[in-house]
Amino acid sequence: MLFTSYSFMIFVAVTFCLYYVCPKKWQWAILLGASYFFYFMAGRTYLIYILVTTVSTYLAARQMDARKERAEQAYALQKDSLDKEGRKALKAKQKKGITRVFLACLILNIGILAVVKYTNFMIANINGIAKAFGGDGTLSFVDLVLPMGISFYTFQSVAYLIDVYHGKYPAQKHLGKFALFVAFFPQLVQGPISRYNELSESLFALHSFDKQNIAYGLERILWGYFKKMVIADRMLVAVKVLIAEPETYYGSFAFVGMLFYALELYADFTGGIDITIGVAQLFGVKVAENFRRPYFSKNIKEYWKRWHISMGTWFTDYIFYPVSVSKPFRKLNKFAREHFGDHVGKRLPVYLSSFVVWLLTGIWHGASWNFIAWGLGNYVVIMISEELEPLYHRFHKRFHVAGTLPWKLFQVIRTVLIMSCLRMFDCYRDVPLTFQMFGSMFARPNLSALTGEAFLGLGLGVTDYIILAAGALVLFAVSMIQRAGSVRTKIASCSFPVRMVIWWGLFFIVLLFGAYSIGYNESQFIYNQF
Amino acid sequence: MAVETTEINHITGEMSGLACKPAKRFGFIKYLAVFLIVTVLFAFLQQLLMPKYMHGIVEGAMIAEYYQEEKDHNVIFVGDCELYENISPAVLWEEYGINSYIRGSAQQLIWQSYYLMEETLKYEHPEVMVFNVLSMKYDVPQNEAYNRMTLDGMRWSMSKVRDIQASMTEEESFAEYVFPILRYHSRITQLEQDDVTYLFRKDPVTFNGYYMRVDVKAAENVPTGRPLGDYRFGDNAYKYLEMMAQLCEKEGVELVLVKAPSLYPYWYDEWDEQMVQFAKDHDLKYYNLLNVTDEMGLDFSQDTYDGGLHLNLSGAEKMAHYFGKILQEDCGVTSRRGEEKLEKAWEEKIAAYEAEIARQEANLKE
Repeated sequence: MLFTSYSFMIFVAVTFCLYYVCPKKWQWAILLGASYFFYFMAGRTYLIYILVTTVSTYLAARQMDARKERAEQAYALQKDSLDKEGRKALKAKQKKGITRVFLACLILNIGILAVVKYTNFMIANINGIAKAFGGDGTLSFVDLVLPMGISFYTFQSVAYLIDVYHGKYPAQKHLGKFALFVAFFPQLVQGPISRYNELSESLFALHSFDKQNIAYGLERILWGYFKKMVIADRMLVAVKVLIAEPETYYGSFAFVGMLFYALELYADFTGGIDITIGVAQLFGVKVAENFRRPYFSKNIKEYWKRWHISMGTWFTDYIFYPVSVSKPFRKLNKFAREHFGDHVGKRLPVYLSSFVVWLLTGIWHGASWNFIAWGLGNYVVIMISEELEPLYHRFHKRFHVAGTLPWKLFQVIRTVLIMSCLRMFDCYRDVPLTFQMFGSMFARPNLSALTGEAFLGLGLGVTDYIILAAGALVLFAVSMIQRAGSVRTKIASCSFPVRMVIWWGLFFIVLLFGAYSIGYNESQFIYNQF
Repeated sequence: MAVETTEINHITGEMSGLACKPAKRFGFIKYLAVFLIVTVLFAFLQQLLMPKYMHGIVEGAMIAEYYQEEKDHNVIFVGDCELYENISPAVLWEEYGINSYIRGSAQQLIWQSYYLMEETLKYEHPEVMVFNVLSMKYDVPQNEAYNRMTLDGMRWSMSKVRDIQASMTEEESFAEYVFPILRYHSRITQLEQDDVTYLFRKDPVTFNGYYMRVDVKAAENVPTGRPLGDYRFGDNAYKYLEMMAQLCEKEGVELVLVKAPSLYPYWYDEWDEQMVQFAKDHDLKYYNLLNVTDEMGLDFSQDTYDGGLHLNLSGAEKMAHYFGKILQEDCGVTSRRGEEKLEKAWEEKIAAYEAEIARQEANLKE
């Protein structure tokens, strides 16, 4: 059931009616039923995987809480009879039991994700290595089901487990409500990776029919459809042609493809998240924002704080910080300071933690080398940018351009171009080919090939390009307005006729200019595959 | 004093109630106005974007044309291009007094023919329904474009709903039949003059369902059929043929099966045998007109406009001449000559028919 399918719209409408017609105390159950139905429709066997994750995480979290409670009681009874060392030993012993439960659940869930997502990738690599050393390399691939959105719900559950383990909040006692947190259908397809403490309040609250909230939700859904159907799915036609024929579309066309893909990905992913947030809002549920005008970032570091925010913060909170402060890294820090001085000593653990983060980010995106190369590419760019910091300072001391509009523009364009270059790994899905195409932009630019006729050969007509240009302009304009405050609030403050013209105008634009139905390939959201 | 305050409160309360009512009413009215404007705009755009089929591929306009007819026919032909291009109702009227209509469209599949029969029988009660059996060769939905040409023109009824469900290919969606704008929205960038000219009206493209062509392209080197692995018609096709037989029996209408005299697509002897057997089993009449082309006087160097696939005007008139006799003598279809209203209607139709012949011939000469 694609977000852009009629069946999804009907499904949401039916769920919406049931949600507000039935007694409020059953609202969570309606959402859970709808979420499992949605997931069941995506694949019958998928439910087994999500149920295993749900039940195991629920039981582990409850078990950890129960053990903590028992430990606290035991500690309170025994602490007076123990000296400092004894108390420490008791606490360590108690923690060990909790940690065992925690690790068992963590390994189970990460293990499921690893097995279904990475087994064949590992087999392919083992075969490759075996062949390189003269072996047969004939290990056969395994026919495994990759459940939709498994990376998203696994990460969400793991975050919950870690937070409960660290005592950030108590475990959810209600299995049904916890199941809803894991499976809440709007975010099951492509995230965001919500945090329990942020989502649970509005997810489990009793909601009345709130006209304003529902209007906002519908508005957001419509905006998402505009991005996805008018821009992303139309751009997809040309991107597909450009990627499929690298021997024809190299040099300047590789550059064009890179920019087209950047626009397509942005419209696709942010459009999907808009639909997610909008649908959630229809049910009164507040899902966290996942983007903050990322293409306005001045550098890559900032970009990653504004693009796929929930994934970035997940890796920062649950990988970067724990790795940075882990025992081996602390030792490494000490060692580096002693042997290489403060400058290196301070940076080495951070750089190594970042390396781990970006390696895992790449792997999380997909089981193939292009994603790993993409992750590491980001790492390299960020590290270079960090190392060049003193140089920037010297430059700005000498030339007083910082803060000026041309300099800001330069920064924004630079960031977009660097990110787009890195996205070529994602685009071509082949590491050597990506390097080849990147090189061709400089070595064989073939500028004369960039004719109007050649553009029309990409499967789009003149009107399609006009629609795309207008769509991109609208995206840009909305982003600009957003800098000065919420666009929705601005629309809400308009008079009734103006509001109606904006809403219904957008509706008819999506209806008439959307790339859907027969003739356009029904395309899944790009991030759905992760 | 207390009484006065209460009274004042009561009065102001009523007044505020009165003040509220118009505001609420206005709120309702403005939403109603938006609803009406959006609905009208939606309907207008849908009408604008629907293909008009007035020139070029006119087959898409045929099914809807039936609803403009006076529904009082003796004979209804139901089938694909082998009917709507191969037999002239004007000749059937002129020579036999048979008031007939062809409910056909391009690649009309058997279930589509069945539901058109079902729908037709809700409007009128003919003496005979003639079904062309070529579509028995298709057992599953085939092509969205052809589906559209048949289904978009049908009026909404349960027959249409069931027809859509039976016809949809995997890529199609029922919602797009309910709201065709969802299917045709991309035409917004391809609108033509016809889309405006025929926004609220349609010109007839057939003569009682007959699509006329006067040009000639002789049949040469018509390919024979390639051997098939399995000659048996599919179960689904049989199911609908069976349903046709039952429907006609129930309604007291004689069902006649024909194979029109088109040389291609190839009609296998094995297929013919199955139709003969079916007709025998169900006590129906079946005429394979391919076997009587000489008797009909068909000359495939002159009587076809596309090398033997379809007959041209000359061929269609010969077939009408031949088949009219069958309808009258074998099936007992009555002549309705002398019915004043019908005579008058046909007089106008035949004038238009002849004008079209003259127009096409003049075009050919040019």
